[in-house]
Order: sequence, then C-alpha cells, then structure tokens
Amino acid sequence: MTFSAKTFDPRDVKNTLAKWLISAGGVSVLFTLVLIFAYLVWVVKPVFDSASVEPSAKFSIQTANNLAVGVDELREISFSINNHGVINFYQIEQTDERQAGELLLSEKLIADDEMLQSVYATNINQYVLLTTTGKVYLVQPSFKAEFIADLRILHPGIYFPLGEEALVIDEEQAVIAKVAFAMTEEKAMFVALTDDKRFIKTSLIAEDDFNYDPEFSTEYQLINGDADHIEHLAVTPDLTMAVAVVAGNVSIYDLENGWDVPVKTEFEPLAGSKDKITAMTLLSGSSSILFGTSGGEVLQYFEVAKANSREFQQIRKFKASDSQAISQIYPEQYRKSFYTVSPNGDVGIFYTTSEAMLWQGKLLTNEQQLFAIAPRANAVVLADNNSIELITLHNEHPEVTWSAIWQEVWYEGYPEPAYIWQSTSGSDDFESKFSLMPISFGTMKAALYAMLFAVPIALAAAVYTAYFMPPSLRKTVKPTIELMEALPTVILGFLAGLWLAPLIEEYLPAVFLLLILLPFATFVTAYGWYKAPKNIKVLVPEAYAPIILIPFLLLAGLLSFELSPLLEDSFFGGDMRQFITNDLGINFDQRNALVVGIAMGFAVIPTIFSMAEDAIFSVPKQLTSGSLALGATPWQTLIKVVILTASPGIFSAVMMGLGRAVGETMIVLMATGNTPVMDWSIFQGMRTLSANIAVEMPESEVGSSHYRILFLAAFVLFVFTFIFNTLAELIRQHLREKYSSL
Amino acid sequence: MNIMNNWFKSGSPWVWLSAAGVSISLISVLGLLWLIASRGLPFFWPAQIHQFELVDPNGIKLTVIGEVYDVETIPATQLSHTGIDTKGAETVERYLIKTGNRELVSLDFRWIVEPLIVNRSTPDKVAVIERRTNGNFYGFIEDVYMDGKAVTIDELDTFIDRVNDLQDDIIDLQKTDIGAINYDLERIRLEQRKAELAGNLTAALKANFAEQGKALNDQYLLLEQRLDELRQQVSRDKITVKAMGGELVDINLEQVINIHFNNQLTVIEKTGMFFSQIASFIYQDPREANTEGGVFPAIFGTVLMVLLMTVIVAPLGVVAAVYLHEYAGNNGFTKLLRIAVINLAGVPSIVYGVFGLGFFVYMVGGSLDQIFYPESLPNPTFGSPGVLWSALTLAILTLPVVIVSTEEGLSRIPSSMRHGSLALGATQAETLWRIIIPLASPAIMTGIILAIARAAGEVAPLMLVGVVKMAPTLPIDGNFPFLHLERKFMHLGFHIYDVGFQSPNVEAARPLVYATALLLVTIIVSLNMTAVSIRNRLREKYRSLEH
Repeated sequence: MTFSAKTFDPRDVKNTLAKWLISAGGVSVLFTLVLIFAYLVWVVKPVFDSASVEPSAKFSIQTANNLAVGVDELREISFSINNHGVINFYQIEQTDERQAGELLLSEKLIADDEMLQSVYATNINQYVLLTTTGKVYLVQPSFKAEFIADLRILHPGIYFPLGEEALVIDEEQAVIAKVAFAMTEEKAMFVALTDDKRFIKTSLIAEDDFNYDPEFSTEYQLINGDADHIEHLAVTPDLTMAVAVVAGNVSIYDLENGWDVPVKTEFEPLAGSKDKITAMTLLSGSSSILFGTSGGEVLQYFEVAKANSREFQQIRKFKASDSQAISQIYPEQYRKSFYTVSPNGDVGIFYTTSEAMLWQGKLLTNEQQLFAIAPRANAVVLADNNSIELITLHNEHPEVTWSAIWQEVWYEGYPEPAYIWQSTSGSDDFESKFSLMPISFGTMKAALYAMLFAVPIALAAAVYTAYFMPPSLRKTVKPTIELMEALPTVILGFLAGLWLAPLIEEYLPAVFLLLILLPFATFVTAYGWYKAPKNIKVLVPEAYAPIILIPFLLLAGLLSFELSPLLEDSFFGGDMRQFITNDLGINFDQRNALVVGIAMGFAVIPTIFSMAEDAIFSVPKQLTSGSLALGATPWQTLIKVVILTASPGIFSAVMMGLGRAVGETMIVLMATGNTPVMDWSIFQGMRTLSANIAVEMPESEVGSSHYRILFLAAFVLFVFTFIFNTLAELIRQHLREKYSSL
Repeated sequence: MNIMNNWFKSGSPWVWLSAAGVSISLISVLGLLWLIASRGLPFFWPAQIHQFELVDPNGIKLTVIGEVYDVETIPATQLSHTGIDTKGAETVERYLIKTGNRELVSLDFRWIVEPLIVNRSTPDKVAVIERRTNGNFYGFIEDVYMDGKAVTIDELDTFIDRVNDLQDDIIDLQKTDIGAINYDLERIRLEQRKAELAGNLTAALKANFAEQGKALNDQYLLLEQRLDELRQQVSRDKITVKAMGGELVDINLEQVINIHFNNQLTVIEKTGMFFSQIASFIYQDPREANTEGGVFPAIFGTVLMVLLMTVIVAPLGVVAAVYLHEYAGNNGFTKLLRIAVINLAGVPSIVYGVFGLGFFVYMVGGSLDQIFYPESLPNPTFGSPGVLWSALTLAILTLPVVIVSTEEGLSRIPSSMRHGSLALGATQAETLWRIIIPLASPAIMTGIILAIARAAGEVAPLMLVGVVKMAPTLPIDGNFPFLHLERKFMHLGFHIYDVGFQSPNVEAARPLVYATALLLVTIIVSLNMTAVSIRNRLREKYRSLEH
C-alpha cells in the first residue's frame, strides 16, 4: 500500500468550503449588530457637528458704492444695489450658457435724477431704498426658473411689492434719516425718523392683499418719543411692536393701537455696565430681540409672562468676542440663528435655543464690506466695490446640541426654562423643542411601574416553580406561563387601552383592595390547609398549592370588585376618580401609568419568570440536599442557599425584563395618552422613547434634525438595552461556568 | 397562638405566597385568553334583536330596536338629576343598544336605562339588513319591489343572491380587468420614460407607445360600458323598511349584502350562521374604513410577509447556529458572538424599525431606485416602505429565535453520533449534512415556527417599514411579475391597532377588533404550541438515545 503525499480530494474542498461558508454565516450575526450600531451613529452624528464654511466662488465687479448685496435661493445669481439705485445681477458660477461673474441684468430702481442715501434689507429678501430726497421704494429681486429640455435656467427680475412709484411715508415729505419696515399680506408699516427730528409711524393698508395687488391707502401717525437720539430701530414682522434704542434705553412701542403709539414698556439691558448697545435686531419669529454690545456680547430678550403682566427679560447671553464690539447682527430668515460681525471682520454664527456658538472666524477683510445671508442660510455673500464672494455654509442642524437635548432650555414665550418635547407645529416660525428628557423620563417611568408589578409576581412564581413544584405539574405550568411571552404586545396594548383602562377608572378602589385581599386570601387558604384534616391533605397535597389557590384568589378578586362601589360610596364620595381630581388635586388620565404598569408587567412577567426559573432550577442539587440534611426547613434552604446561589441569575433575569420594558412600544403607545409630561404620578400618562418614534417617525422629513433626533432616540434605546442585555448575558455565562465546575 | 407561630416558623405561609405568584400568572394567562375568546366569538354569533318600548320622564313614548351590546350597573344617584324615577333602587341597569340605521340617527349606539323600559320583546319579523355602506339597518320589511313593481317577500333571497353575484362581477371587472389595464398603461408610460432617459426615444418608438396606449384606452372604454350596464342591473330592486321610529325607508338592494331574521333562527341555524360568519370574516375584504367586513387582505399580507421572512431567516439562522455549536472554538470571539445573539434578541423592536426604514428603505431601496428604476423617479419604487423591507427587518428581528432554538437542538445530539460518523471517514461537512442537520431538523422547525409566531405578532417596526391601514392592491396579483415586493401591505396586528385606536367610530369597531385579536391569538398560540410540542418530542427522543 502506498500513501500519496498529496491527492486532490473534492471532498476536502467541499469540507473547507462548507467551513468557510458557515463561519461567514456565524460572523454575520455580529456583523448585523455592528451594522445597526454603526448605521444609527452615522445618521445621528451630523446633528452634533458644528458649522463649517468654505469659500466657493468669487468674481470681480465694476460698480462702486454698493449699498446692499444678496443672492437667490438656489445660490446661482448674486445681486448688488449701488448708490445710484441700480441693481446688477451676476451669474455666480460658470455654466454652458453663462460665464462666472457675467452681468445678467442691470436696472435702475428709482427715478433717473435720484440718488440713494441708504438701503435697509428686511429679513424676507426685500430691500427698502431711501433716496437722498426723502423718497422710499420697496423692491424685491425675483427669480423665475425656465426649463429647456431638463435644463434649468434662472432669469432674474425685479418685483415691487408696494408698486413702482416712490412711497411717501412722511406727510411733510422731509428727508428720512432712519427707517424700520415690516409687512404682512394686509398691511405694510414704516417706523421712521425724519431729518427734522420727528418720529413717525406710517401704515399702508392693502385694499385687497399685497400678494396680488399693490394698491393701498396710507395712514400717518406721529409718535411721541425722543426722536433725536434713536440709535437702533425695528418693527416686528407681525406689526405689533416697534423697538427703539436711545442711549442704552430700550423702548417698546405698541403699534396695534389705532389712535396713538404708546410706549408699552421700557428697559435698560446694560444698566450698571459701562458697555453700550452697538447693534440691535429681531430674531426670526418676532418674539426675541437681540442686542449687541460694545463688550462683544449678544443679549437675547423676550417677553415672559409674570404673575399679572408680560415683561421683557434677558434670557441668555452669547460671547462673540473678548475685545471687539458687535457692529452688526444678522438674523436668519427661518431659523433662530444669528450672525455677528465685528469691526475687525470677525464673524460669529450662533443659535439661540441651543445656546450654541456654531462657528467663529474672520470672513470680512474690512468693515466696509457688505454682508448678507443666503435665503436658505446655506451660504453668505460678501461684497465690496471690486468683487462679490460666495461662501458656502454647512449648518443643517444648529438647533441640536447635547445641552439642548438633555438640559432645561428657556423657549420663547415660556415663563422659565423647561424640558419640552414638541417637534412640530402649525406655524412656520416655530421654535422646535427637542428635549429628550421628558420622553426618556417617560420610558423610565413606564418601565419602573411595570417592574414594580412584574418582579414580585414573576420571582415568586419562578421560585415556586423551580423549587417546590412537582415535575409533572412543572411540565405544564412552565410552558403555559411562557405562552404569555408569545402573545403579541399589540393585543396586550389594545386590551389595556380599551378594556383595562375604563375598568380601572370605574373600579379604582378595587385595584388597591386587591393589593390587600390577594395576600390575605393566600394566607387564609394556607392556614386553612394547614389546619385541614389529614385525609384532605392527602387528597390535595401542598405541592398543588398554586392550583388550590386559584379559586380562592379568583374569589378575592371578585370580592374586591364587588366591594369597590361600596368603598367609593363610603370613603370617596361616590367616585374615587373625582375625589382624586377635586379633593387631592391630582390629575387623572384614563390611560395612566397604572394601566401601563399592569399591561406591560404582564408582558415582562414571562421573560423574568423564565430566566429566573432556569437560574434557580440549575442550582446544583447537592447544595440543597446538604442544607436539608443539616436540618434546615425547605424555606430556610431556599432563602439561605438556593436564592443566594442563584442571585446573579435572578439579577440577570430582572435586567432582561427591564430591557424588554424599556423598549416595549405597542403597549405604551396604546395604553397611555402619549403626552410628554414629566411627572411620577401613577394616575398620569407618559410618552416613551419607543412610542415617540412610532408616532413621529412616519411624518418626519428624511435628513432633517427631527429625523436624526428620532434616530438618536432609537440609539439611546439601543444603548440602554445593550447595557442591560450584555450585563445579563455576562452574568449568565459566568454562572454557567461556575455551576459546571460544581 | 403556638400553632400559628410554628406555622410561620415552618416557612409554609411564604411558600404559599410564592405559590400565589404562580396562580396569578396562570390566572392572567388563561384569563387573557378567555377574555379575548369571550369577546371575540359573540361577534360571529347572530344576536337577538330586541324591541324596547320606552317612556321618558316627560311622558313621550319611544321605540328602540337593536342589539344589546353591553349591560352596566350604575348607582341610582347618577340618574338623580335626570328626573327618572328609580323606584328607590340603589343601582340601575343600563343597556348599550346598537340601533344601526345610520342615515336616520347620527349615532348608531345609544344607552337606555332600565326604569324607562315599559315593555321589551323580540319580534319575529324584525330584519337585520347587512349593508355595504352605512352599517346595519334594523327594521320591518314592508314591501319588496322588482324593477318598481311590488312582489312577495319570498323573492327576496333570490334577489339578494343575484345582487351579490352582480356585485362580485363588478368588483372582478374593476379590480382584475380595469386594474390590469391601468397597470399596463403605467408600464407603457415607464417604458417611454426609460427610452427617453436613455436618449433613444425615436419618433417610431413614440408612435408605437401611443398606439399601445390607445388600444388599452379603447379596451378600457369597453369595460367601462360593461361596468355601467352591471351597475344599472344591480340597482334594479329595492325594499321598503319600517324603522324603529315608524319611518318608512327605501333601501336599494345593491346596498344589501344579506338579510337575516335573527329572532326566527333556531340554534342549529344560528350555529350554521356562526360558522359562515367566521368564514366570511376570513375571506371578505374590509368595508367602511375597516370597521366592518372581513380581514382577508390583512391575513394575506401577514402570511406573505412572514413567508418571505422565513425564506430569509431560516438559512441564516441555521448556519449561524451550526457555526456557534459545531465550528466555533470556546474562545473570546465565540463569547462575543453569543453576546451579539442575546443583544439582537433584546434590542427593542422599534429600533429595528428605525434601522429598517433608514438603512433598507431609504439607503438600499433608494439606491436600487437610482440604478434600476430611474424612469419612475421621483416616485419611489423600492425607496418607500414595502413588504420586502418588512420581511428583511423582521428577519433580523427573529434571527436570534432561530439561532437559539437550533443550537439547543444541536446540543442535544449526542456527541457519539458525530464521533461515529467521523470515525467512519466522513468529513466534518458530510457529518453535518448527513447526520447532524437531519437529526436537528425538528429543532430547526421549532425555531422557524417560533420565529413565524413572533413575526406574525410584531407591529411596531412594521409601522415604519411597510404596513398601511388600507392597501389598494395585494402584493400578489395577475399582473406581471405577479409578486410585487415593493408594495405596501396590511397586517393583522396593525389592523387591531388601527381599527381599535385610529378609527372614527371606536365603539362600533370594537367587536371587530376583538374578533381580529382572537384570530391573531389563535394563530400565534397554535403556532407556539406546535413548536413546543415538537421540541418536547425531540427532547424525549434524545433522552432515550443517551441511555
């Protein structure tokens, strides 16, 4: 016989191939888990990135004395307005048809013989032009897209929302020194300071709607106030208030009054400080006022409801610079971001709600450079007399910071800082409130109540089944309880919401009565059995205790419900629910933590029961035999030997149960009112992380901050359960090794 | 007292207390099943129709006809302000009556209290008219008209059969024939767009498409004509019914599904009706925003999604379990793998939903659309939730179930069998394929059944990756390629959530929700029992092998 050193055997190849394939399959499990983790992190990460800027285009221009600069929404065309009132539109980037920097349109906006004194940009892409002779124009650059064979070509144009004629905003036709402007569909309003020191308010009331028809009638009013020294002036976009700063003193004028313009309130933001107010602007949404100071700070003020009035109050402070004053503040059009500009050209980008400084650096070369934010806030444009520069801005999620998610935030219109989750609203200038605290709290609350209910029952059942129950009975009891784990949670949730919640509301005292009557019934039955004659004891041995107890416990339950109306009548004035709301002053939701606790408790019982039972059952028999042989009673053996030995296993069972309770979705979705309140009360509902995802995910826009925060909620859940499960599994592995050595 | 002390010292009371834990768990499991069954089954049982004569405190007489839905006992004090004479009783019974007749009264449920009832009866002649819209109608049939001419009531059965046949034809025409034409029209549009994107849309091709479209349109017009004819035929007959208020109401038979005289039925007839109701619940489509009719699309969707999931999860789970038990060494990496398996089992299901939505739907599906279906963009094909993504998401969710169960089966195979096979010269792969997998097949089966049961009951992730309350078309139909994996589907579990919590008339829908819950629980419990019994038999078998 010869042994060839190497023969090719297809069986070996198959064997190796199978080995590799199967190994790959095994590793894929780990890969899946890592993939989920990595994907969640990948989606969540951008919300915590700070802003970044990158210069993206620059071209030279030949118009001197520019007063304003801007860019269209799609960032294709830039424009500038110079002191002759001429607007020039330039192509920003090169395309097949157009050169970079090509002049697309040039048009004079004002009468031929006039010159511009200044231009005020509103934050909705409109420009108020002030001529040297006191005339006023309102212009809005417009852009029309044309599609030629899938190719989009943008055509610039000019739109005059209030008509092409010059507007007369001063009755006496004096030169206007300073102006503030805002408009709605029905009304446009100027608050202005004339050269002859009058402070005026002019309302242009639309005949129909400014969106379709620039026809209007004019109303003039004189404002009593220190017109001489007004440094900064603004009108809120909802036309309710005007803000004027005079020598550090801020006056708020009420514009809604038809007869005169009274001062609503006055305050001094920098009282007692040597700093001065150097800039003022309104934040998008007409609630907040921002003051820039000579000390390089920005102060945010808004109206806060006090006991019986509303007062302006300093909410927060942003430090933009240590040495430089704030020369200008630019708010974004839609979001609560603002940009500060310092005399040395430093620019800071901030977001108020999240108190975040998103970016800081030198963008401007000199103070004379013009600065504007692109309508979608994805770029800024800079211009001087020779060139226009577009700088791309990556700042998609300014509203989210770690502190905005986990700490109290003072939102506009709220009397104090609070944890609030309110992701959407009807209005555009809504301040999104993304605090994960109330929903994490809700998750914990739901899990806690569920555990309070489940742990005692599950552990008691596990101890009895593993240690006292005869094998024949155990064989049927264990799978029956485990069957509960298979019941879809949607059914538990539906029963909890539609059956249990109204039942509990009606028989509230019964629930508390059960807590007393069930143990009582157990003891009575046990004592009864103890005193029972021998022949009965033989007939129904103690090992069948759970079965013996069932009818008695059912009776006790029935009794509780029968007694419930009686108790209500004698102690709670006929209705415990009303008693709780009226006499105790506690809110009562029909779908409350009690309902969730019971329903979710049922869902968690089999998980804890099954694992704890396994742990107790696998305690080596020689340990218990030894203890019993030394004279300990079965109960003593259980407490001192079995439970002690199995305690890590029991702990891991509880951990697993907690993991399940934290992540459960359908039960909490259906059995609570899903209101994100932070309150430990057992009679109130909650909103959990999981239910929040289920409710809001289908409606959130892909890639938005809301979408990513919901992913963050999922990530938080993932991490929670990962910790619980890993801990539980490590303990179990350790225990298994310990027992196998015994 | 001494006895008491001894008793406490023996620890017996505490033993009993722990026994109570078992009892409570048992009571709650069995009670839950009983609750669902007791609420779900009556939905199918033809109810008695009661006629109540009432006199309200102002002396006005009133007749209420309907099914008794619920009875409550309330304290008499609650009625004290209404002026109802409770005759000194402390508690009063109150009935919830389903009165139907939605076109006459705004609410088809009303409460009546016992003291107001002067007479109650179950008249033989009262008819329950089940309708396609507007819910049930209760009343007395006065006249039957065929094409405007009065005929005897005996003809009614044949009329109703005729109407139901015609309605089936109409649905068939609408869904199958007209549906196919619409599908083809869309296909032509997409082909044209595809050619346009590829830059080879010639005039000849365009004319060809136009011609095809025209042919289809002509077909469509013919079918529509036929549909009109059928619609005219179906509305031929009508009945006049006297409602509980005495008003006479004309009901066209096209609206009627069937008419029963519940109070005349014998127990045997009722039993027959009970089973036919169950059958129609299973095979009928839902009506009235899911609150009436059957749940066929939901059953179909659930089964299809679960089957797809099984095809994905079974091989993966078995391979992973085989690796863990047969190939992996006892080292740190294996420990890590086991932790991964436990974690996959413990991750909340909603997290899988979020992952599935982001990764499968938007990332993978979105990319597939870019590559394979650019012609239908911006309408997503695979880039929106659908049955395939649901199956994939649930496959990950149920992977650990299959792994754990299979591994348990593998660990019960005595190592002597492996050694024997290897000693006879088989390779490891051959041993695996010929000896171990066949022996472990019942365990694998158990794992798959448990996975199916889990998937059938899971709702939360599906809400994100593909389930809808009302799917216009099933994921399988007669249009090429027959299986439409990108479509959204209906699911029994979600049906419960949606009908029970999102429907406008929760009270009316509640029995249907209980019935659906009963169906789902029956499926899942029987699946689980099967799995457990297979597992137990397997354990017994190997126990005998070991000795």
